[in-house]
Formats: sequence, C-alpha cells, structure tokens
Amino acid sequence: MKLYELTIQSAHTLLKQKEISSQELTRAVLDRIHAVEKDVNAYITVADDLAMAQAELADKTISEGNISQLTGIPLAIKDLMCTKGLRTTCASKILENFVPPYNATVVEKLRNKGAVIVGKTNMDEFAMGSSNEHSGMKMTHNPWDLTRIPGGSSGGSAAAVAADMCIGSLGSDTGGSVRQPASHCSVVGMKPTYGRVSRFGLVAFASSLDQIGPLTKDVTDCAILMNAISGYDSRDSTSVPEDVPDYTASLTDGLEGVTIGIPKEYYAVGGLDPDVSGSVKNAIGKIEDMGAKCVDISLPHTEYAVAAYYVIAPSEASSNLARYDGVRYGFRDKDRSDLMEMYRNTRSEGFGPEVQRRIIIGTYCLSAGYYDAYYGKASQVRTLIMEDFKKAFENCDAILSPVTPSPAFPVGENIDDPLTMYLSDIFTLSANLAGIPGISVPCGFSSKGLPIGLQIMGRHFNEEMLLKIAYNFEQATDFHKKKPVLQ
Amino acid sequence: MKITKDEVIHVARLSRLHIDERATEKFAGQIGTILEYVDKLNQVDTEGVTPTSHAIFLTNAFREDEEKEHLERDMALANAPEKEDGSFVVPKII
Repeated sequence: MKLYELTIQSAHTLLKQKEISSQELTRAVLDRIHAVEKDVNAYITVADDLAMAQAELADKTISEGNISQLTGIPLAIKDLMCTKGLRTTCASKILENFVPPYNATVVEKLRNKGAVIVGKTNMDEFAMGSSNEHSGMKMTHNPWDLTRIPGGSSGGSAAAVAADMCIGSLGSDTGGSVRQPASHCSVVGMKPTYGRVSRFGLVAFASSLDQIGPLTKDVTDCAILMNAISGYDSRDSTSVPEDVPDYTASLTDGLEGVTIGIPKEYYAVGGLDPDVSGSVKNAIGKIEDMGAKCVDISLPHTEYAVAAYYVIAPSEASSNLARYDGVRYGFRDKDRSDLMEMYRNTRSEGFGPEVQRRIIIGTYCLSAGYYDAYYGKASQVRTLIMEDFKKAFENCDAILSPVTPSPAFPVGENIDDPLTMYLSDIFTLSANLAGIPGISVPCGFSSKGLPIGLQIMGRHFNEEMLLKIAYNFEQATDFHKKKPVLQ
Repeated sequence: MKITKDEVIHVARLSRLHIDERATEKFAGQIGTILEYVDKLNQVDTEGVTPTSHAIFLTNAFREDEEKEHLERDMALANAPEKEDGSFVVPKII
C-alpha cells in the first residue's frame, strides 16, 4: 500500500510504531498531489513548505513521546476556513489575495493536535453551488470520471480525499455541501448538528445553516476528526455548550434495538435515478439484516424545503456578503472617484455570477414590501419542516435516504439552469433547515461506475447514532475500499 | 412571481452591484424562474406558525465586557487594498 492511501487511523498506527515518519507521509501526499492535480484540480493552494515544516515539528513531538491521533497526519482544508498566514480565497476573485491574520477555531484545534495542513481545497465561490462549476478559481473534476462534476460546494475536499491527495479533509455544509460531494466521490462526509462545531473563522455564507464537517476515507476517520473539531467556543455565540462524547466509542458492532425511519416522501421525488434508489434500497436491506427495525415515516413538508431554503440561504448571504466593500481587505476596483461607484465596481468585478444572483435574490426577498411574503413565509415553513423531523424522531432513531437524486452529472450540464441545480439538493437541505446532523456513506456504484451515497440523519446532537449505523454498514460492505483509477 | 428588468436594476443598486444590460436580462429570466418556484410556499397554511431563524434553541450569549487579545493595527491593515498612516484609504465622502 502506498503511504498516501492510508487512512488517519492506519497512518496513526504506523507513526506511533515509528514505522514511518510524518515527513515521509507528508512528502508522499504532496508528491501524489503534484502527480494528479492536473487531472483533478482539487487545490487552490498547495502549501508544500509549510506542510513539510509542520511535519518536521510533528516528528519531533512524536520522538518526544507525545502523539495524538492527528499528530503528523496530512489534512486538507476547504478554502473558506481561515488559516493564519496561508491564503484563504473562498474561490472568489474578491478574496484572491486575502491572507488571514488568525486561524479558524477548527484549524487551531487540528494544529494543536499536531495535524499537518497540506493545502486549501477548491469549492464553489463562497460555497454557493453544488458542482464546483461556480468556483472563481478553477474547476475540480470528479476522480471517478474526469468529465463529471465532483459535487459541491466542498468538491475539492471530497475529490482530494477520493484521489488520495490528503489523508482527510474538512468541508462546510450549508445545504448539503459536505454530504453531496462525499456521495459523488465515494467518501464519508458528515454535517454535524448546528452548533456542535465552532464557526469562528469560517467565512459566512448563511449563518443559521452553515456547519463545518469532516470528509474522510472511512467512518472511523470521521469519528476521529469529529472528536478533534467539536465543542463549545466562546468566539462563536451560536456554538452550543453541550458535552462532546468520544465519537470513536460509538463504533461498535450490531444494530439490535435501532429503529430506522424511511420517509415515503423522499422516494416519491421525481427524477430519482433507478441506480440510486436501487443502491439505497439494498443498503436499507443490509441495515435491517444487521438487526435494525425499519418503519415508514412521513416528512410532509419535504416538497417545500427547496423553496424555503432558496429564500432563507440567499437572504442570509446577501447580508453576510455586504462586508465585501473593497475597504478593509480583498479586491478593490481602481476607480476611486466616488464611494458608491467604488463599492459597485468592486463587488461586480469581484463576485462571480452565481454569487451575484444569490445576493440579488436575497436582497429582493428582504426588501421592503417583500420581506413578509418571502423571508417571513419561508421562516414559518422552516418551523413546519423542523416539526416534521421532531415528530418522525418520536418513532425512529435515524432516517435513511439517498443523498442526491442522481449520480454526478457531466460538467456544464446544468450551468445555465440554476433552478435545476437547486432541486438536486432536495434530500440534504432539510437537515440544515432543521439543524440536525447527517452523514453520507458510500453505498454503491451506478451502471456507469459512478459513486452513490446513503444519507443517515439523526436527532440533534446524536451524531453517535449516525456513526454507529454508518460503521456497521461499512463493516458489511466494501464500497469504501474501492479507489478511482487515475493515470 | 416574475421580476422585471427594472426591478433587477433597482435591487442590484440596493445590493451595491453594477449589472450590465445583457446580464440584467439573463438575471431577470433566471431569478423570475426561481421566484416563481418559490411561490409554492404560498400553498402552505402557516397561519399562527412561529417563524424560525435558528434551529437550535439558544438564549443570548452574554459575557463580561473586558479587553482581550486583539489584532495589532498593522495586522488589521495588512490586507487593506489601500492604506496610509495607519488608516484605511477610502474615496472622498463629503
């Protein structure tokens, strides 16, 4: 096995036994990046020197007998989490040269545990998109089929894990942006409960929906990264002061006593690909075989989730992105004759078309005369969606569904049709509206060999149940062991 | 709901964006399609339903108002597109 193919857990074992050094491992990962980056395009910035220096430090720590599960492990970070001294662009021209003066809390936590940051991954600009086609920097390709999208918005993070261009990574999920690319690239991706992980230093898209989560090669690694990044942070007033369990403790065999809910509305969605529904049905069967009981449940407001989301998310985005004014940081248009013109030119040149589209939709929905009809109404429907989940979880411990209606689509297919692109988020964005956790685990391949994911959603702060089910499913299958062929 | 080109221009101005003629037309079409889709929210009876702005119940996070570590001036200015004498430079306002 090549070093870059290791998981966090297997690399940790070798580092602990001193069979490999972090410098060897990090070098192997960097070499791998440079070998396949021209095909995959997963990174906006590769931090060779910084990573090697961090690896050297990690080796020193290990030689002194101090090793955490992440010491010396090369990880990638989505390019909207601030990394002190390392450019953070959000894949936007407006932040092309932005070098943060501080670390995001999650980055600080990883660094405190001795993790090595190999680089910053590509994404849709400001996390607005489901395909990475809306990156202002480059287009990431799906390692399983380079003519197709990797998913988004954390497409670079998912592709980098799938193509072994890092050992694990972090993404962020506002409407499915961790789970959907994880599903398209055959990796594990988790969106934790809202408030579980600090958003300090995560560049804001929609503040009531955004949550950082891990993308990893297997469920064990997901639990390890969840242990590292979770917890209350006084610098994020929406982070929740709840105790954080040891997530690796939930990776135990057997699903007896677990009740799984199957939402009938999710399987009635138009355009659900037969390969996807087939794989998910097989997965449900397997989970039942392991002792779980399945019950039918109803989430009656499912068909309104996309509409509610595409009012709430752009509304919050239009407000959050008002800060890019060309004054304190980021790009500024050269014309300085008039303040208003400077703002408008800066923002029109700095933001790409999808970001401008969402700013306009959000501003419209919040503007005088339309606020009640759009934002007010959508916020009420959000309450009903939350109540649907609350009722459903009275009768089950977790909900199983597809992650996306179809496998990864070809690059360019939906680029001029934003609504069709939005509709593909149908299975993921309800979890963001309700604040509940969700995970995507590999559960099959289409007839064309494209990855398919299974989504498991659970109650607030019950990530353990999702990890337990995902772990048992993974133990019984080998989808997560398959690798895309590159070169 | 359809959105007119004039409305797009108006909202773009509120958003501090400059949108050229061709983009305005394209945006009006695309945004109109999205808003028409969003109109399906009106099928839902929300009479008496409390709106949700945050999914997790939290009360205000109060803390003592005391000075903590903060960015030094030169660090805060490091990313400024234009600066002078320890300040941000902006176009003349008055």
